[in-house]
Amino acid sequence: MTLELERNVPDPADETPDGLRSPIDVDPEGRTSLAATAERAPAPWRRVLPWLSVGLAFAVVALVVAWALAPGLFTAQDPYTGVPADKLAPPSAAHWFGTDPTGRDLFTRVVYGARYSLLGGTVAVGVGLVAGTALGVIAGSIGGFLDELLMRVVDVLLSIPGLLLSLSVIILLGFGTTNAAIAVGVTSVAAFARLSRSEVVRVRRTEYVEAAFGSGGRWWSVLLRHVLPNSLTAVLALAALQFGTAVLAISTLGFLGYGAPPPTPEWGLLISEGRSHLATSWWLTTLPGLVVVVVVLSANRISGWISERREGAR
Amino acid sequence: MSDLLKVTDLSVAYAGRSGSRTVTHGVSFAVAPGEVVALVGESGSGKTTTAQAVIDLLPAGGRVVGGRIELAGEDVTHASARRWRELRGRRVGLIPQDPGASLDPTKRIGDSVAEAFRIHRAAPRRVLGARVEELLDRVGIDDPARRARQYPHELSGGMKQRVLIAAAIALGPGLLIADEPTSALDVTVQRRILDLLEDLRRENGTGILLVTHDLALAADHADRVLVLREGRVQEHGPSAQVLRAPESDYTRRLLADAPTLATPVHRAARTAPDGEQPAVRVRGLSVEFGGHGLGARLRKEQPFRAVDDVSFEIPRGTTHALVGESGSGKTTTARVIAAFQSAASGSVEVLGEDVLTLDSARRRELRRRVQLVYQNPYASLDPRQTILDAVTEPLANFGLEGSAAGRRAHAVQALERVALPAELHHRRPRELSGGQRQRVAIARAIVLHPELLILDEATSALDVTVQAGILRLLDDLQRERGLTYLVISHDLAVVRQIADTVTVLRRGRAVEQSGTAALFADPHEEYTRDLIASIPGKVPS
Repeated sequence: MTLELERNVPDPADETPDGLRSPIDVDPEGRTSLAATAERAPAPWRRVLPWLSVGLAFAVVALVVAWALAPGLFTAQDPYTGVPADKLAPPSAAHWFGTDPTGRDLFTRVVYGARYSLLGGTVAVGVGLVAGTALGVIAGSIGGFLDELLMRVVDVLLSIPGLLLSLSVIILLGFGTTNAAIAVGVTSVAAFARLSRSEVVRVRRTEYVEAAFGSGGRWWSVLLRHVLPNSLTAVLALAALQFGTAVLAISTLGFLGYGAPPPTPEWGLLISEGRSHLATSWWLTTLPGLVVVVVVLSANRISGWISERREGAR
Repeated sequence: MSDLLKVTDLSVAYAGRSGSRTVTHGVSFAVAPGEVVALVGESGSGKTTTAQAVIDLLPAGGRVVGGRIELAGEDVTHASARRWRELRGRRVGLIPQDPGASLDPTKRIGDSVAEAFRIHRAAPRRVLGARVEELLDRVGIDDPARRARQYPHELSGGMKQRVLIAAAIALGPGLLIADEPTSALDVTVQRRILDLLEDLRRENGTGILLVTHDLALAADHADRVLVLREGRVQEHGPSAQVLRAPESDYTRRLLADAPTLATPVHRAARTAPDGEQPAVRVRGLSVEFGGHGLGARLRKEQPFRAVDDVSFEIPRGTTHALVGESGSGKTTTARVIAAFQSAASGSVEVLGEDVLTLDSARRRELRRRVQLVYQNPYASLDPRQTILDAVTEPLANFGLEGSAAGRRAHAVQALERVALPAELHHRRPRELSGGQRQRVAIARAIVLHPELLILDEATSALDVTVQAGILRLLDDLQRERGLTYLVISHDLAVVRQIADTVTVLRRGRAVEQSGTAALFADPHEEYTRDLIASIPGKVPS
């Protein structure tokens, strides 16, 4: 990654004839000597807040990843066997998220469930990213008839509602966490293909790509060296966004009973199981649901942050 | 209080991440009715900032930290946003820099012009149409009734700028602020727009604050000139005086670096020895766009002829210039020579190879000997590559200079040749200034030791002092290595300094060809005369 954080701080440099900023032909550092008077900084929280939210988003994701890797560090209880005497206990110091009808600690189940949801999200994004980007890059870089053909296939994919498509795929593949993840991944292939194609087409038209051909670059080397690195940042941002969406979609499939079978503590399944006790035990649906929401929002924030950095680097 | 605008000790600061920095320091000037005052300076001099402060349109983070701004006697330094809305349009009008980007593409011309009346509720709706046509007529647009119904994309750049002027003068403001009003336009169009501003000044007594990077243009059209550098006034006085007897060193340097027709040519014209094969021979070249493919044929579209029967030769070791306005086909011609563009007919022979019939392998081989430098160094360098990598890449592409270390050493040499010190080599393009980036682009081109270098407006995005440096570098390289140059330019003053022979293109056709000295001394075609007359900076008498 070569994207240092260069936010678009208004540059006092005048615009040159065609709207470009070009400092006087001296070392850029030479100009910083202009900065002299330290005035009051306008509303510091305005500049701190975005960074705080990004930090928080990364912290949430890091925590959930840690849950998935080493659940034993976060809870001493067992996710599968409960204490029947403690069943349906509301949240307390002993049971942070309360317990379910068989007396299992809900927090423990959420911690252990992170593994399924994260793995599912990763597989789903992986499928979409690899297949979609491959299609998009091929369409964008070769162009012509192949481009038309692939994009019409993508049109068809886009025209099918996402849930319907993943249900169809899952019925073909069979139930299970991984299959649910693949089914979710298939729905995002079209989005990745579209985005990567448009980015590749944009970069291919830039002058530096022509300049690379002009200095003797071969088609492949120009594609690998200039086109791909410059077009894939947007795809990365989409991947982070899709990760959140995928976690949500996998939970949806789990909720509908197409994902992992009980007693797997998959998040969607947890919410689904809690549904029958909604009137008496709110925590069974609400708290796992909140965890899903927080993870999805964090993924969105990270995605937004990647996009911002990309803008700044331009 | 007779001044339209009086600025006293104006300081503007921008807030950034590392605190705020002051970009103009105590700038003072005044504009009287019927007077044109020019703010002149290079990029970063604070001229646009000053003009923006005067109309309270500073970009986010910018604010006035000292001094006073008075509009017709009223202190508006700390006027409310509401008061400013009343002032803009009525008291002070703005003519923006880029006419291409300043008109709403989804609005008809007439509606864009009428907007000022609508915002200020200055005219009843039923007379709006008539008022708009009157204004369009006033700025010299033919058939205003029809133009008012057209959209911006149907108008040329010069026409769009006239429309913007019409919008700016709609409510009869006493003061116009023109921020580089012509820098995006062709030279002949530039002259006509400036003549129009001149008329407005004379007939309506409008005061004009002209922001420009071009000292010669300012001297031609302004009564008084203010030279700015790094936010400080370097010189302030009547334009004739500033031009004839500049007081500050900086003004003298600007004058020396900006070529005009009065600048003596130091370069001795080069001619190739007789009998030697020319580096480039173009015969009857025509290039067409569109009109091909099934859809176009069904619609019976005629192809657009961008280049029409152009022929010229470039002897080895000399510089040939293609000049003309935008749309004249000069860049297209250059792209055919660089084998980036196919042609409809004609023959193009470059360094003994017939470019139009080359297969891709031979074309790639030819690119080792023919290199192109683009106009915009911001777009022609990969933002992710360090400049050393960018310069090493062509060598790696052709597998030259043995090992990776050898290529690297060679690239370092090329960068040093274009005067880029070692501490810059690991930076990325966005960490460099415009002039430095263009040096990188030149290093990238010369590292392959090409025989022909095509320079497509290679200096026109740069400040004059930077341009002068690049031109000197190119001249040195040509002498050292016997390079042949094909220069594409709209700037005849630059062409006069560097070219041996010139082809003048107009709408794809070569209208005149001759040696540079002969062309400027005795232009045969009306069009060439017009181009030459449009160069700002007449000989000061």
